[in-house]
Amino acid sequence: MTNRSSLRFMLLILSATFAFLYIPISVLFALSFNASGLPTAWTGFSTHWYGELIANSDIIGAALNTLIVAIVSTLAATLLGTLLAIGVEIRRRKGRVLETVIFAPMIIPDIVLAIALLSFFSMLDFRMGLHTIIISHTVFNLAFVCAVVRARLKSFDWSIVEASTDLGATPPITLRRVILPVLTPAVVAGALLAFTLSIDEFIIAYFTAGSGRDSITLPMQIFSMIRFGVTPEINALAVLVMTLSVVALAISQRLNRGRLPGQ
Amino acid sequence: MTDRKPVYLMTPALAWLTAFMVVPCLLILALAFFRRGIYGGIVYEFTLSNIALVFDPLYARIFLKSAGIAGLAATIAVVIGYAAAYAIASMPRKRQPILLFFAVLPFWSNYLVRTYAWIVLLNREGLIVSLARAVGFDGDLPQMLYTETAVVIGLVYNYLPFVILACYAPLSRLNPEIHEASRDLGASEWTTFRRVTLPMTVPGIATGFVFVFVLSIGNFVTPALLGGGQFQMIGNLIYDQFLTANDWPFGAALSMFLIAIMMGLLTLQTFASEKASGQQRAEVSDD
Repeated sequence: MTNRSSLRFMLLILSATFAFLYIPISVLFALSFNASGLPTAWTGFSTHWYGELIANSDIIGAALNTLIVAIVSTLAATLLGTLLAIGVEIRRRKGRVLETVIFAPMIIPDIVLAIALLSFFSMLDFRMGLHTIIISHTVFNLAFVCAVVRARLKSFDWSIVEASTDLGATPPITLRRVILPVLTPAVVAGALLAFTLSIDEFIIAYFTAGSGRDSITLPMQIFSMIRFGVTPEINALAVLVMTLSVVALAISQRLNRGRLPGQ
Repeated sequence: MTDRKPVYLMTPALAWLTAFMVVPCLLILALAFFRRGIYGGIVYEFTLSNIALVFDPLYARIFLKSAGIAGLAATIAVVIGYAAAYAIASMPRKRQPILLFFAVLPFWSNYLVRTYAWIVLLNREGLIVSLARAVGFDGDLPQMLYTETAVVIGLVYNYLPFVILACYAPLSRLNPEIHEASRDLGASEWTTFRRVTLPMTVPGIATGFVFVFVLSIGNFVTPALLGGGQFQMIGNLIYDQFLTANDWPFGAALSMFLIAIMMGLLTLQTFASEKASGQQRAEVSDD
């Protein structure tokens, strides 16, 4: 192969891959603005279906539930995950069991964690609802926050901690005034990642929500709507949900890559 | 800071993980060895019958079927993903981050929504059928939605970005001089790829394959939505035991089996990447 034709071949592969990845999403995007709402005919641009969404109290309720779950579990996970990351990285000995426990929530199949928590809560006669979803989401969210913060700590210069101690700062002051400011971008990036994961999470929420209608989250609502069939409303909802998580993640990525002042 | 401090920092998170992950998982493990009551519920009597039932031909067939679908999806995803990662890595260095970003972006949108997009494309009044009609095709189109093919497409589509990411990492770290050396020594582009590039990027391929396989075999959303309940995969089987059949001990045994498969594969993958990186180190030190 000459260099020219191999470059052309690479561009072909790239175009095909991006077409495969983006055509289905773009179709949803276009359909959500189609007045007829059907894929069979374009009858003009309209935001009608977005209006329908806002008027649908089930969807608004589910969206609020999702926000509550995402915000509370993100806050809890950010606190727990950041402290965990600092604790693990300060320690010089690395334990295999410890690493496994921290890593497990990220790789354990959703369905397994979901049924494990369902069995756990019901055997304890724990009433399930939004609070059990929050507890469950915090499990995997804290692992992801911890991973993001640890990645940043790998390049952390621990001698500034020693300097701070030498200058008479107590460990809590060192943590608050030296370690945390350096970590802030990574912590925020981790929190946004957790927020995105929580907003999109379906299976664990589905199993730990209990039976009440008032603890239905947006993904649960979307799942039951999809099972009923294709409706123009889902297209609009899908576009909104997709946009929200992509925006949160784009910000997270940006923060994570931004270098620290003075580094 | 002294060596005791970190314990305080780690305690809250570790307590959380212990209470809401380790204990529930141990509970499931224990549950797998109890008997199911006549009217659902659990009888606290030791038995191996749930484990035995997992290997019953009826369920073993579902396991094999799930493994087949997961294996097919993982293979296709790795072939497409590796090609795409290779193409990205061969673009000018400056362009690579943005290409990678857009390759991974869909991965961060909602899983249900991405799966739903394929329902819109594949259903009987969907876009593909409409397009075929628009270009004048009048014949009978095969059913596309609610088939195994639809499930495989959905799995590949959903996990492809991760495979691209996993394969790109070792490809971008390849030393271009090794490639040049191989060409200078007279190897063709294809030989260089097969004998140099491919062996050195095996860890990325293994990671991608294992990831797609593990997530696919336990998947319950995609078979439920794109398979339309036409056939069961392990994920759906576990779901049924807990939410409809009410046989929690059997569901627990199935989950344990799923975890066992997953751990086995992850161990193999770690082994593969350690071996590969060991080989690379040996080759470098030979110089």
